Order: sequence, then C-alpha cells, then structure tokens
Amino acid sequence: MTLAAREVSWSAGGRLIVDGVSVALRDGETLGLLGPNGSGKSSLLRLLAGLRGTDGGAVLLDGRELRTLRRGEVARRVAVVEQQASTEVDLTAEQVVRLGRIPHRGSWSGDADADARAVERALAETGTSALRDRRWRTLSGGEQQRVQIARALAQEPRELLLDEPTNHLDVRHQLDLLALVGRLPLTTVVALHDLNLAALFCDRVIVLRAGRLVSAGRPADVLTPALIADVYEVAAEVLPDAAGPGRPAIRFLAPSAYASPPDARSCQPSR
Amino acid sequence: MSATAPPQPDPAAPSQAPDPAGREPRWRGRSVASGLRGRAGGGLRGRAAGGGAARPWLLGAAGAAALLLSIAVAITIGPADLALRDVYAVVAQQLGLGDAGVTRIEEGIVWELRLPRTLLAAVCGAGLAICGAILQSLLRNPLADPFVLGISSGASTGAVLVVVAGVGGGAIALSGGAFAGALAAFALVLALAAAAGGGPDRVVLAGVAGTQLFAAVTTFVVFSSADAEQTRGVLFWLLGSLGGAGWGDVALCGAVCALGLALCLTQADALDAFAFGEDAAATLGVAVRRVRALLLATTALLAAVLVSAAGAIGFVGLVLPHAARILVGPVHRRLLPITALAGAIFLVWVDTAARTLFEPQELPVGVVTALLGVPAFALILARRGRAA
Repeated sequence: MTLAAREVSWSAGGRLIVDGVSVALRDGETLGLLGPNGSGKSSLLRLLAGLRGTDGGAVLLDGRELRTLRRGEVARRVAVVEQQASTEVDLTAEQVVRLGRIPHRGSWSGDADADARAVERALAETGTSALRDRRWRTLSGGEQQRVQIARALAQEPRELLLDEPTNHLDVRHQLDLLALVGRLPLTTVVALHDLNLAALFCDRVIVLRAGRLVSAGRPADVLTPALIADVYEVAAEVLPDAAGPGRPAIRFLAPSAYASPPDARSCQPSR
Repeated sequence: MSATAPPQPDPAAPSQAPDPAGREPRWRGRSVASGLRGRAGGGLRGRAAGGGAARPWLLGAAGAAALLLSIAVAITIGPADLALRDVYAVVAQQLGLGDAGVTRIEEGIVWELRLPRTLLAAVCGAGLAICGAILQSLLRNPLADPFVLGISSGASTGAVLVVVAGVGGGAIALSGGAFAGALAAFALVLALAAAAGGGPDRVVLAGVAGTQLFAAVTTFVVFSSADAEQTRGVLFWLLGSLGGAGWGDVALCGAVCALGLALCLTQADALDAFAFGEDAAATLGVAVRRVRALLLATTALLAAVLVSAAGAIGFVGLVLPHAARILVGPVHRRLLPITALAGAIFLVWVDTAARTLFEPQELPVGVVTALLGVPAFALILARRGRAA
C-alpha cells in the first residue's frame, strides 16, 4: 500500500488546475508525471504531498486520507524534492541533510545515534559525503539537487516526490540524477519535462493536459506520435526500444516554418 | 568606537584575560569584547564540520561568564566617583551579605540607578537580538528586525499619542501606549505584506512603508501639540534610553524575555526547517501556519514590551543575530542562546558608553547602536557578498 489520488481536484484563483485525477502508485515503482507547462504536474505533486488541500476527491496514504494525518506522520513517510530549492541561510551540506531528521525529533530530544546513522547513509547513497562541509550555497546545481535528495532520504521515507528535479542541470547531471533516483528502493513520483528522460528512467508514466489525466501506462505504450501531437502539439517520431527494451526514444520533427537550413557562413569558426 | 564593537570572529586575536577593573571605561569594554573574540575564533572552524557538542557549550559558558563580567564592570563605571570596593559592598549588602558602610546616596546610585539600568540593558539587548533572529529566519529575510518592520516606530507613535496628545485621558502610561502602538504597527505591516503577495521582500517593503507612516504621525503629533519640554523628552525617548530603568522594568522585561527565549527554543527545529521556505518546512512536518503565528506573536509581544520600557533601540536586532551566526552557525538550537548572550553583552557596553562618553551629557543609546550598527551591518553585507 502506498499513495493514491482518488478523483482529486484543486483550483486556484477561480481556475481549475487539477481536474478529477485518479492515480494509484505501485510499491517501488518510478512513476513519471508528464504534461506541458500549466498542465497541473506541480499542483498534482503538491496535492500528493499534502502541501495543498484538495477541493474535491482525496489523497490516500495506505488507504487513510492524507488530510486526517498529522504533518509529522506524513513527513516520516513522504519526502519532497523541489524544482530548485533556495535559501538565505548559510547552511553546510550536512546541515541541509540533517534537516531531514526534523520529523523524527520531538521539541527537545531525539535519538542522536539514529539521526547520525540516517544522515551518513543518506550522504553515502547520494555520493555527497565529500560535500558535507561545503556551504550549500556554493554547490553547483547538480550538487545541490543531490544534497536535497540526501535530505529527503534522511527522512527515511517510503515515498519520494520530485518536481522537475533536472530542470536546471546539464545533460550529464540530468542522467546521473535520474539514475540515482531510479536506483533508490522507494516508490517515486517524478514530474518531468523531458520525454526522453521519462522513457529512459520511468517504469510508468501518466500524462496530464489542462489538469486532466489523458493517458497512463508503460512509456512505450503511452508515448506515441499521436499522443505527443495531441498533448504537446508537436510532431514527433518515436523509435521503439531505441533506449533499451521497452524504452523508446523520441525525436521531435521541426515544423517546416522553422526548418530553414543553418546558415553556413555564420557557422564558420570566426578567426 | 571599537570599545563596544559586537563580537566578531577573529582567530588572530589573542585570548586576553579581562583587565582588572580600575582603568578607563573604553579599555575595559575592549578587553572583554576581545576576550570573547579569542574564544569564539577557536570554535568557528570546528563548527563548520557539523559542530561537535562540546564547542557550543564552551562558547555558551564563555558568553555567560563574559556577560556577568560585563555587568560587574559596567556598574563600577559612572559619573559619580564611587570606589570599586564600595560598589560591590552595596551589592553584597543588598544580597544580605554584611554591611556596606556607605552613604544612602552611594547606595542609591549603585542599587537604584546603575544596577537596574545595566540589567535592563542586558535584558533588552538579549530580547531585541532574539526578535531579530526569529524574524530573519521566519520571514526568510536577513534585513528583518523589530526596527525595520515598523514595530519600534509604532511604539513611538503610541507613546507620543499618550504623552503628548493625551490619548487615554491619563489612564494609560507611556509604556502602555507604546505597547499598543507596537502591536498595531506590526499587525498593519503584516497585513500590508500579505496584501502585497506575502514574499520575504514584501515584508520589508511593507515595514519601510509602515515605518515612514508612523514616523510621520509621530512628528505630526509632536509638532502640533507638544511644548518644548515635552518635545525634548519625547525625542530622547524615541532614540532609546535606559535612563529611567527601575527594578520593576527589569523584572517585567526579564520575565517576558526569558519566557520568549524558552518558547522560541522549543521551536528551534521548526525554525531550521524554514530555511528553504514554507512548503519545504511543511514537508518536514512543521505546522507552518501555527508555528508562524505563534512566533510572530511572541516576537511582537517581546519587542513591544522591550520598546515600551527602553524606547526605540535600533540595529541590535538586525546586527547581533548575524554576528552570532558567524560564531556558531545558523542552527537555531545553538544560535538562539548565543544571540541572546551577544545582544546582552553588546547593549550593556553600548549603554555604558552612552552614559559616560560625554558625561555629564548622556547620549541616547539608540544613537550609539546605530553608529556601531551601520558599519557592522555594512561589514556583514560585504562578507555575504564575498561568500556568495
């Protein structure tokens, strides 16, 4: 048993952002949350995390309504990594990871040994042990995201929700980060823009458009030229199994209006 | 004015033993400050590695000792020429240890003037510094402090309305008016910030607007209805003065300050969780709205009580938390006690300087905190600029 959304709706400023979406996570899977800008990916993720209350429907954790659970109880089960965390506070990387232990502590006390063990494990699992004494604000974007994932792991969750974690990273760090996420023995939901990354790392994907669920299933079944044309309004060619068995690769076809050949002269090295 | 500079880390500074009392006041202030510096410098490097448990305790103990020493030295300094022995004899006598054998006037100077004033300085310094630390963390803005957010100017308006314009018909004291004004101003600033979208920068913008508004109202009231004598008195109070301190003030402010610090310490983890914003805090299990409301109310009450007793003393809440972060890092469980100690020591020495540097004239303590606070703040900004 894990997280599930049952017919959830949420509106902001009189506009329906998430519109009757149902999805049940499966234990241990990596679920990709896809859709164009403004389709409600981040909002659905926030509903799943209990950061926003649903206007209709319910989010269930182990069959119990999320809104009836205490915040601390949820935080010991579900961890969240945001698109790009920022802070004015001059924390070290280790102090950031330590924040993940807050749900496990009371006002004063806590199991210091358990805290230390969880922090060490989280640092080791994310390969960030060497960064522990660095100031978080001096880390690169990729390092910051790894440290945030370490912080999430220090919460010792069973569910991990990530909101476009690769947005500000270069290609290599995008791949590294999602490979790390895929290795974790957790039930993971990751909102992604990049369909190829989703096809490469997700066990299952769901696609949103204007707040509604339009498709769900294995990447090879969902990511078809017809769906991409319909939802993203671009023409694409899908190469089945190009990224591994059951993992298609997607090549976008430029609309003819853009497709003038590159200007040969401007491509010459200017010496 | 290096005599009362806030403690800064300076690993090069040797750890000096405090001077034996009896030298010039400037020198005493310096020796205590650099004594703290020397110890703190040693602790700084170790902390970066996540902080062993021993060093913060050591720093806290050193800070407490420095505070006691500061108070002990500060009460020996003043315009009246009292022998060192007599000062401590009075304190001992009041604590029930033997007979001082001094005149009533000397006894009064020490027990009714210097000691309560110095203790009130310590309490106000501690309280204002805690307010600043809490507001900076909660609002995620390094510029937040009771002064910048309009709490102090609201208190001034309240005080002026009572004293000059006669609001309340004599039933309300100056401190009552200041208290009401502080709460009203803070509520207004928070409402304005919420209406403007509620981001960390909005709170400071709303604070600037509120401060200007209340300053204007205060000036308007003073100019329209005060006589020269009242104007002078009010202006002096507006700039912050610990001059009228009595044991009643010390007891009230001390109790409120201790309660406030204790309450904030129970929320230390939650304050840490706010580092990456309110949503991040919520995913760490913090009941964001409840904690925010609780801490904002605590801060407003604490600031209102302190300002109503000691006037609008600026920059303590702004600068001292930053100095304390440099010493022990940003984790609140360690930061809050050290911030309180640093604020207390700082204001004890600032007030000592304010009342003795130009004796028999007395400088408003707020003038001295600003003269020291602005350069210190500039240093902190420059340091942050380099670090980023």
